[in-house]
Amino acid sequence: MATKVGRDNQIVPAMLFLIPASIGFLAFFVWPTFRGIYLSFTDDNLLSDPTFIGFQNYIDIFNDAVFWRSMAVTFQYVFINVGVQTVVALALAVLMHRFTRSMVVRGIVVLPYLIANVIVALVWFWLADYSLGLINAVIETIGLDKIGFFGSEAWAMPTIALVNVWRHVGYTALLLFAGLQAIPRDVYEAAEVDGAGEFRVFRSVTLPLLRPVLAFVLVVTIVGSFQIFDTIAVTTGGGPVDATRAINFYIFERAFERFDFGYASALAVILMILLAIIAIVQNRLLRANESDMER
Amino acid sequence: MSSTTTKRPKKVRSSTAEDPAMAKSPVSKFFGRLALAIVIIITLFPIYWMVRTAFSDNRAMFGEPLSLLPVDFTLGPIKRVLGLATSAESIAEGGSGASINFGQYMVNSIIAATLITVFQVAFSAMAAYSFAILKWKGRDAVFNLFLIALMVPIIFTILPNFILIKDLGLLNTILGIALPAMFMTPFAIFFLRQFFFGINLSIIEAAVIDGASQWRIFSKIVIPLVWPQIITLALLQFIFYWNDYLWPLLVGTTDESKLLTVGLGIFRSQTPAGNPDWAGLMAGALIAAIPIFILILIFGRQIVGSIQSSGVK
Repeated sequence: MATKVGRDNQIVPAMLFLIPASIGFLAFFVWPTFRGIYLSFTDDNLLSDPTFIGFQNYIDIFNDAVFWRSMAVTFQYVFINVGVQTVVALALAVLMHRFTRSMVVRGIVVLPYLIANVIVALVWFWLADYSLGLINAVIETIGLDKIGFFGSEAWAMPTIALVNVWRHVGYTALLLFAGLQAIPRDVYEAAEVDGAGEFRVFRSVTLPLLRPVLAFVLVVTIVGSFQIFDTIAVTTGGGPVDATRAINFYIFERAFERFDFGYASALAVILMILLAIIAIVQNRLLRANESDMER
Repeated sequence: MSSTTTKRPKKVRSSTAEDPAMAKSPVSKFFGRLALAIVIIITLFPIYWMVRTAFSDNRAMFGEPLSLLPVDFTLGPIKRVLGLATSAESIAEGGSGASINFGQYMVNSIIAATLITVFQVAFSAMAAYSFAILKWKGRDAVFNLFLIALMVPIIFTILPNFILIKDLGLLNTILGIALPAMFMTPFAIFFLRQFFFGINLSIIEAAVIDGASQWRIFSKIVIPLVWPQIITLALLQFIFYWNDYLWPLLVGTTDESKLLTVGLGIFRSQTPAGNPDWAGLMAGALIAAIPIFILILIFGRQIVGSIQSSGVK
């Protein structure tokens, strides 16, 4: 009887077990969140004490051409990165599902995702180098004009987006592959009995049954994609001109190169609100998809 | 490993027969496997190219940009970035001659990633125990509060956290790099909580009747039961913090606190635009990647399995 009472009210041991995690949560998540919001209303510059300046940073951001340009290139990046990545990952997941059960293949496919962004960026920076890189050497051998992958305004952001497709596509494919494996086997038997071809099976069986997992994967990849930083930092540094100055990189520059901590905090608040809206909207769509499935 | 590899053709054929999701027609099979082969080549080739370049002579390489093998095979670039070559030797092979020490950065990376992983996994396991096994009022509400932290963009907390670490006097220390991640991460708690839910409660109830303390139940019963998942989580977190760039870039800029990723970024920005030391850069990248390759060779199956299971929820 005594144990029964104890089992329903274990708040004392529960709190003791939560002490270390709570310290981390309060000190490095909650406190900085409120501090960040507060800083966004100040002119903090790391040197002198911050002064409260109301919405001035937000007004300045609204009139900041660099900010708008930065949002535009961020959206360009997200659009190319997520678009290409989702299509290729879906194709790859289906390939793995239909043609192999090899763990080694899955391991190889996910390998780039486990290598640091910085390493991946540098390897492709070398492969796609204008004067000495392999890709341009091949292009020249074929007799075409060399491409300034990282050096030209038109190519830089698409190149960075595709480099990160290379890094993430296997990981995304693996998530989708797991979703494919959850599809009951007998629907494929039925499709086979009906004599459905490869593309017919994909369009009529695989895709509709995979939509909930696909929607989940899209939420994760879009929110992650908005936070592109490492690849830009080690390759283009925001250039050429400002063709690759994505929002995270712009925040970093304002905070740690120009020490406009207040202004950078306001930029970060805007990014946080934007990501929250995207996550909520996508969550709605995800639920809509699931109810579609149940019919 | 080798025994399964030699038997694989047989295994694939037999599992095709059992698994209706697998394609049957020989034509489909041919094109499907061809496509997979192309994917594997595209995945592995850039990694091979990093290795090929890391063992090439930086001067001679530029004469043969299409050579698939290392050009004038040499250990020079590796020695150069580990600080084992003299500056004259470096310059002779097309290096900059500046002193760089990836050996030191690797030690820093190992310390930082290990420090974070050990404490974070231990403290997150304690929190997960509280959220999954113990019964108390408001448990799920507090858990959801912790999960909200997942939604906050990294760049947002990084700015105030930088000020905090600076005020604590921990800038340019490995502890400063590790501290914010050492106590917990919502992902780790979430990950372990799911496995704790799968534990048979009757074992724990029996221990309670025997008068075991909660700490004893946690450390002697629950942790051993989920040990494989703890190891998998530790691997994933180690790799994550090994690869991290932005936070260590801000906090660790001295030789004593610089991590490998940061060292690579600085090496890249310091190479002269006209005559970059690509071989040295790829040697540094290779050194930073090798520990991850080793972990994947040993634990590939667990890593792939945990990523797969994170998708279907």
